[in-house]
Amino acid sequence: MSQSYNRGLIEDFSRWREFSAGMWAWIFHKFTGWVLVGYLFTHIAVLSTALSGATEYTTTIQGLESLLIVRILEVGLLAVAVFHILNGLRLLFVDLGVGLEAQDKSFYASLILTGVIVVASVPTFLAGVTI
Amino acid sequence: MAERYTSFKPGGRRWLWQRLTAAFLVVVLAFHFFLLHFLNHADEVTFALSQARMESLTYFSLMILFLVTATFHGVNGVYNALVNQGLSGTRKTAVKVTLGFASLLLIVQGVRTALAWAGGVPI
Repeated sequence: MSQSYNRGLIEDFSRWREFSAGMWAWIFHKFTGWVLVGYLFTHIAVLSTALSGATEYTTTIQGLESLLIVRILEVGLLAVAVFHILNGLRLLFVDLGVGLEAQDKSFYASLILTGVIVVASVPTFLAGVTI
Repeated sequence: MAERYTSFKPGGRRWLWQRLTAAFLVVVLAFHFFLLHFLNHADEVTFALSQARMESLTYFSLMILFLVTATFHGVNGVYNALVNQGLSGTRKTAVKVTLGFASLLLIVQGVRTALAWAGGVPI
């Protein structure tokens, strides 16, 4: 029989100060996953303006991209996507039995690399926007 | 004994598919971001540029596969998260049907949009 444990204790979020690196990785991966799936539906909805015609599509996308708030949200989306990708790679390796003993270090590495990539991408993501 | 909620079923294939789609998406999502934010820029997007990309069968089929795998990975991830939180019985079935229907709608709408750009399947 499989090993069982009290999930209620580890899923008590009021104990967040006691969470280990692995628990934070689990929470961040879940949070970024929810954001990405929500964005996927929104993304297809916005792209669907292509069904109304070329002008409607171009006007909609360029109108959205001219807004600073949209560009800032895109930087947020990049952060979420990059973390989910890097932590997802970490999970794939752990599933294959590689790096389990260093899973906390690889989580910190995912966070740092996400930060570096996002900061380095800010100029590109904000290019051409009018404030 | 504490109650045990898990979306993992021994012998099940969804666990494997979640990992296989993850490995695919890691590469394609990174490519998608790189192509549409770094090589091309967000404020330069036009219907004609999207159309030019979609008229290539390689790009078109990659995007359709991207849509299907991302939908499966995302929606299956949501379902697993809810099951892991203790979703069961009739509510579990209702959530499964709703998510399945939402996935189907998303894929149909995505394919329709891709076809609008490409002007049909680009063979």
